Amino acid sequence: MPKDPSLFPDSTSLPRPSDRPSDRPTALSVSELVGVLRGSVESALRQVWVKGEVSSLKSFGKGDWYFTLRDAESCIRCVMWKTYTTRVGEPPSEGTEVYALGNPTVWEKKGELRMAVVVMLPTAGIGLQQLGKEKVRAALEKDGLLAPERKRALPEFPALLAVVTSEDGAALHDIIIVARRRWPRVRLLIVPAQVQGDGAPAALVRAIGRVNRLQGVDLCVVGRGGGSREDLLAFDDERVCRAIAALRMPSISAVGHETDISLADLVADVRAATPSAAMELALPDRVHYLRHAESLGSRFAHALRRRTEVVAERLARGGDRIQVAMTRRISDPRTRLERMAGQLEALSPLKVLGRGYSVARLADGRVVRRRAELPSGTEFTLRVSDGEVPSRAS
Amino acid sequence: MSGESLSTDLRRLEEIVRMLESDDTDLDQALLLFEEGVAKLRAARERLSEAELRIQKVLEDAAGQLRVEDLRE
Repeated sequence: MPKDPSLFPDSTSLPRPSDRPSDRPTALSVSELVGVLRGSVESALRQVWVKGEVSSLKSFGKGDWYFTLRDAESCIRCVMWKTYTTRVGEPPSEGTEVYALGNPTVWEKKGELRMAVVVMLPTAGIGLQQLGKEKVRAALEKDGLLAPERKRALPEFPALLAVVTSEDGAALHDIIIVARRRWPRVRLLIVPAQVQGDGAPAALVRAIGRVNRLQGVDLCVVGRGGGSREDLLAFDDERVCRAIAALRMPSISAVGHETDISLADLVADVRAATPSAAMELALPDRVHYLRHAESLGSRFAHALRRRTEVVAERLARGGDRIQVAMTRRISDPRTRLERMAGQLEALSPLKVLGRGYSVARLADGRVVRRRAELPSGTEFTLRVSDGEVPSRAS
Repeated sequence: MSGESLSTDLRRLEEIVRMLESDDTDLDQALLLFEEGVAKLRAARERLSEAELRIQKVLEDAAGQLRVEDLRE
């Protein structure tokens, strides 16, 4: 029975024994293959939460963890770098069930699946709350809202400062006290919002949105005084965090808490531990600047005095009585700064002498002021800084 | 009142003081600098003097319009 030719390629296209695999353009190198696999694994699942038991955990270097996450059916090798393990603290013991947030990838050197874990939370003992917070944090991080390069510098002298907080809380009182002490020329715009309870996130989002609609606001403080973990929940709310991130002007978070950091703290440009601390950061210190101005003022007065003494000396050498009298007035140590400047201004004709001009006098001592006083042939004396020069008009 | 101008004034004042402290400035120029320095110093002191803190509350009416009213503590 003849063979069906379609099943058998023409013998000329079959690889001959002399063809080495490396000559075939369609063959991938191992690293190419693994690279392609890595790409497809990484693009299939970017960041994902996985629940599993930790096993065979080994800590290397200064705290890089290598371990396996497993359940009844399967397992995956994981790595968690020191940057992230420090947030976990002690390594979990064998068999601990955890939630792990990470990026699946392929470790190219070994051609093995790996998960690069960035957050690990034991399932026992952590509430849904904390898991939820970690999820929001991951979402904010993914959108770049926690990136350090996003942080804006605070204005040095804010003129219009918006404060989003509760109208009744102690926080507002503290804020006003600090503003009055540090920089009373600031205008405070209080944008009231409910800061705890079910309605708080929506109220905060609305209030923050209002700040964005106001013109000319230089800086926004968002916060509240201390409270229980429950009381502070609104500041971990994703909508609130995104609203803060969307503020057109720099922001300071001021959530009164002892240990925990709220997500609002991570999104704001600057984090303060309390509303009072936020105001300390927000406003310049009037007294500090006043001292600075005073010290410049006294340096200024000193420089002024020294200058006038130099002028006075020069004038004294000139020997003119009026000038000497002026010299005395100028160098009077009690003369106040402003008056000195005024007097110096009055001296302005003498500026000319300082530049080396000379004075012409007629034989009777009169100072020559006009051309008509010097008809051709008139003899006069030219007074220069180091003496007199007999002269004649030509 | 703009704080920026306070900042600019203080910087300028510092510059003026430095120029006056050096002997490079000629008398003519020094006189102009004195005059400017006195004005800047006076302005800075004015801006740093005591003031009444202004506190206002931002409210939104039913039509979605923002308004501002003085806040009584």
